[in-house]
Amino acid sequence: MANDLFNSFMSGPDERGRFGKFGGRFVSETLMPLILELEAEYDRAKTDPEFWAEMEHLWKHYVGRPSPLYFAQRMTEALGGAKIYLKRDELNHTGAHKINNVLGQIILARRMGKSRIIAETGAGQHGVATATVCAKFGLQCVVYMGAHDVERQAPNVFRMRLLGAEVVPVTSGRGTLKDAMNDALRDWVTNVRDTFYCIGTVAGPHPYPAMVRDFQSIIGKEVRDQLPEFEGDGALPDTLVAAIGGGSNAMGLFYPFLDDTTVNIIGVEAGGKGVDDSMQHCASLTGGRPGVLHGNRTYLLQDEDGQILEGFSISAGLDYPGIGPEHSWLHDTGRAQYVSITDKEALEAFQFCCAQEGIIPALEPSHALAHVMKIAPTLPRDHVLVMNMCGRGDKDIYTVARHLGFDMADTEGRDAI
Amino acid sequence: MSRIDAKFAELRTEGKKAFVAYVMAGDPDYATSLDLVKGLPGAGVDIIELGLPFTDPMADGPTIQRAGQRALEGGMTLQKTLDLVTEFRKDDATTPIVLMGYYNPIYNRGVERFLDDAKTAGIDGLIVVDLPPEEDEELCIPAQKAGLNFIRLATPTTDDKRLPKVLENTSGFVYYVSITGITGAAAADAGDVGPEVTRIKAQTDLPVIVGFGIRTPQSAQAIAAVADGCVVGSAIVAEMAAGKPVEEVTAFVRSLAAGAHRA
Repeated sequence: MANDLFNSFMSGPDERGRFGKFGGRFVSETLMPLILELEAEYDRAKTDPEFWAEMEHLWKHYVGRPSPLYFAQRMTEALGGAKIYLKRDELNHTGAHKINNVLGQIILARRMGKSRIIAETGAGQHGVATATVCAKFGLQCVVYMGAHDVERQAPNVFRMRLLGAEVVPVTSGRGTLKDAMNDALRDWVTNVRDTFYCIGTVAGPHPYPAMVRDFQSIIGKEVRDQLPEFEGDGALPDTLVAAIGGGSNAMGLFYPFLDDTTVNIIGVEAGGKGVDDSMQHCASLTGGRPGVLHGNRTYLLQDEDGQILEGFSISAGLDYPGIGPEHSWLHDTGRAQYVSITDKEALEAFQFCCAQEGIIPALEPSHALAHVMKIAPTLPRDHVLVMNMCGRGDKDIYTVARHLGFDMADTEGRDAI
Repeated sequence: MSRIDAKFAELRTEGKKAFVAYVMAGDPDYATSLDLVKGLPGAGVDIIELGLPFTDPMADGPTIQRAGQRALEGGMTLQKTLDLVTEFRKDDATTPIVLMGYYNPIYNRGVERFLDDAKTAGIDGLIVVDLPPEEDEELCIPAQKAGLNFIRLATPTTDDKRLPKVLENTSGFVYYVSITGITGAAAADAGDVGPEVTRIKAQTDLPVIVGFGIRTPQSAQAIAAVADGCVVGSAIVAEMAAGKPVEEVTAFVRSLAAGAHRA
């Protein structure tokens, strides 16, 4: 750990795709040449001004970046402590941070001459973002989605189909996000020549964790640029908070601040019904241990025999038994702190945000907000806290209504809230 | 000389091609799969490839995925898979057993402990799908040091430039994957496979065995004819899935082995 502290936290991964012992390239031989080809292409692209010029043009004109940094005044007053700023990535086109990364990968796919894009999706946000960008560029798009999620996220399934994507309900395994990722990998291994696998989070074999982080880092870079407008020249946040499933929005916010040692960094995992032995959660760092899945070594939910367990959360977007390898490394080195929030706490934060700020948050950032609600009152009034509002809650209103006992079919509007 | 090397030496003397049968350990339960495995050498199987069940078998098609699920639901574990091999070795000291699976259950047990236990149980080689040469330090090198063969997959995407890296730390034999895809998917074509086997043999003295997409005695014969042998997996596992008695599945295996041995 001493060495890590003397060196930069921003220099990873190494040439083998490792962050400390985490990460790597644990894939079948069939995929290995494809992953090496992708790594070479990404290495070329990331130092190519033309690549970034295209990204910046689309981020501005298609996505609507920069997203605002917003001082949440009423929330700050209600909690009576730290100043709370929300990074408004829920205002992006398609309603979440996912599109930041999808644009980068699709531009790469085009540079590599790939005509067919595949993706996995849980809640459907990454699938919608991928279908959107594929429609824009006229690319074939196939999205793998757990059969269970296809049922509970019907509006996003319809969105993807409207956008021209083929949505494949995954029935293998238990029909969840991890099984969707397995089936996407099986598709890739079968269609090696024309297909590009667009992964939605900072996980998978190298170079995905680093590449997705780099694309999402626009979030943290903008915060650096925007904060001085409120807090004066050179101002840095005191605390950063973001929700974590695979961890891409969090990595995007955290990464540009990793070497600013005064910045306190907190990732919030989904605690489901509570992180205990009953495993009704998906908090990989607080409730799992290191293992190898989907191309990387990272903290995983697994049983004593090394079989992978299903995650459980009210939020389909956090429902993944693993986490990006860089988070595992930041956890082990102590550079970032990881906590968990239960479904119940997230639902309370969801309602608090609606009532205090007129913002309907997705259930994923509601987890981050629930932790903000815990710590803000304990912090001084000049403490600057930035939370990533990584998605909007339109997709979640059915789930929330059900949990609050509100009948959406009741047209007379008798509310149970 | 390892059991695998001895088996190939014996087959060379007899002028025969190798027939490798894949079955899933613990499918549908420990006792039935032990019965099946015990009957394989008598059915003409030269090398047994024993599947280690895993929840997330990324390279496998639905047939083997479901076999793994059945095994896990039946309570199969890595320990019981080792027990099965120990039990088999009581009556058979010569038929090589290659364990095929994914890395996490092995990593979870601890590599050193796993290698000791595997060696003691009587396992001869390992095929671990998600460990390419880039990750050789994880298990491949320690396995070779422990005296186990580490059998690598070569695939249609392994070009001539990459092939030496794939062959470098491979021992026992080379497993050529006949198609780009998952197990039990497209049919292997002897016309495509032949030149690929020749390409690999130009760079190694190890036997080259071909698997994926072989289902019938005819295709076993056709593929074995252009290689040093062939593997059948999903087609055998499908017989088990259909609930056929072990004797009937064994009879099917016998017909596949006869096909390969005609080559």
